[in-house]
Amino acid sequence: MTIDKGIIPASGRAGASPPGRGDGDGPSAGARGPASPIEFRLDPASGVPTYLQLVHQVEHALRLGYLKPGDQLPKVRDVVASLAINPNTVLKAYRELETKGLAAGRPGQGTFIQATLRQVALPELTVLHRSLLGWLTTADAAGLDEDGIVALFTSALRDFRERSGGSGGRRGAAGGETEDVA
Amino acid sequence: MNVIETSGLGKRYAGTWALRECTLAIPAGRVAALVGPNGAGKTTLLNLAVGLAAPTAGIVTVLGGRPAGSPAALDGIAFVAQNTPLYKNLSAADMLHLTRNLNRRLDQGYAQARLAELGIQLTQKAGKMSGGQQAQLALTLALARRPRLLVLDEPMAMLDPLARHNFMATVMTAVADDGMSVLLSSHVLAELERVADYLILMSEGRVQVAGEVDDLLARHRVLTGPAAEAGRCAERLSVVHARRGAAQAHLLVRTNGANDPVPPGWDAHPVSLEELTLAYLREPGAAALPGPARARDAEPTEVTK
Repeated sequence: MTIDKGIIPASGRAGASPPGRGDGDGPSAGARGPASPIEFRLDPASGVPTYLQLVHQVEHALRLGYLKPGDQLPKVRDVVASLAINPNTVLKAYRELETKGLAAGRPGQGTFIQATLRQVALPELTVLHRSLLGWLTTADAAGLDEDGIVALFTSALRDFRERSGGSGGRRGAAGGETEDVA
Repeated sequence: MNVIETSGLGKRYAGTWALRECTLAIPAGRVAALVGPNGAGKTTLLNLAVGLAAPTAGIVTVLGGRPAGSPAALDGIAFVAQNTPLYKNLSAADMLHLTRNLNRRLDQGYAQARLAELGIQLTQKAGKMSGGQQAQLALTLALARRPRLLVLDEPMAMLDPLARHNFMATVMTAVADDGMSVLLSSHVLAELERVADYLILMSEGRVQVAGEVDDLLARHRVLTGPAAEAGRCAERLSVVHARRGAAQAHLLVRTNGANDPVPPGWDAHPVSLEELTLAYLREPGAAALPGPARARDAEPTEVTK
């Protein structure tokens, strides 16, 4: 497997970030010119595979509105230069985002946001939220404390994923949607 | 194409085998980590691959079948030995001059741009530079040769965390730009965990584990369950390493994939690269060597231009 030159333009600095928007979080990779509205960071202690951390950060930025459709994701070369990780890891994360329908590669330019996660905030979410609250009440009544509830939920989520045979869950399975509801 | 291929490779120094029965095939385009405790044979393997040592037994070829150490092989490989070997009394400019004259090709523009970016003055003597700068200078000289394969022996052993990060960023950027393959050794897996997509684990002169990191992780898992049943479980499973308490046991097992059934009453967890590595290092008898893909008759890819 070699690097897909198609999405690592040698020189292009295309895709200026939209005006009136900050640089996202964290100090930048230096004077590399306008690129993506976001900057990745890594948490070595999280135990989450590096490519998944990148995927989660894009999803998170989408939910919080740092990223919008049409925005460019950081160029592979820039991510590699600032985080010192394997380019294939970044490509894997971007492929995962493409599979989820969140991003799309444009040959010779880079990878761009295609959809927003806000559309996940369906009316069903309110119902799900309510039923989850009901379940939590039951769990509490059964004597489970918060850690116990989290452990139980995590274990059930893992079983669910394994049963559905998916790799890494579907769009929105990463949690946090309840923020959109309340 | 395989960037390094060995078959029954062995090296004996003064009656002691530093490397034995090493059969490997590292595919091109990988960042391969060679990990193992001190004295495992890592440096011996690297020296054989770059042609600094001759094998006692077996064969080693590089870059699609070129005999290690042959001019065709050397032309496509750059090697930075342990402790960043530089002539301490030579300036950066002199080192550049020397490297250009000792090699068929050197990308002078790249080297000068890199050194400027690093804030290394051409007049500065190598011996007066910080450890990080020396490592970066040696790396820059290696990369300026535009190798197809970059071999690094314990490249970061003496660097502080920031210098390590910058060093690895330079290597990874070259990978992104050129699709260069990399083989680097370390006795600290954590240094390489973020960059490696291929792992070779060595101990006591033998290769214990070799394969794509993703495959290795997918084909192992940890089972946690009652210690009383551990023995019975272990009979039916391929257990690499077992840790047993009075009540609870953890078994690191090889599987055929995520769909392998979990014994009733047991929990399955994915394994981290570090956990996997430690388990094998604790069990020198265990090995995970997926039959390496032979590509001996594949045509050598053109690397010289």
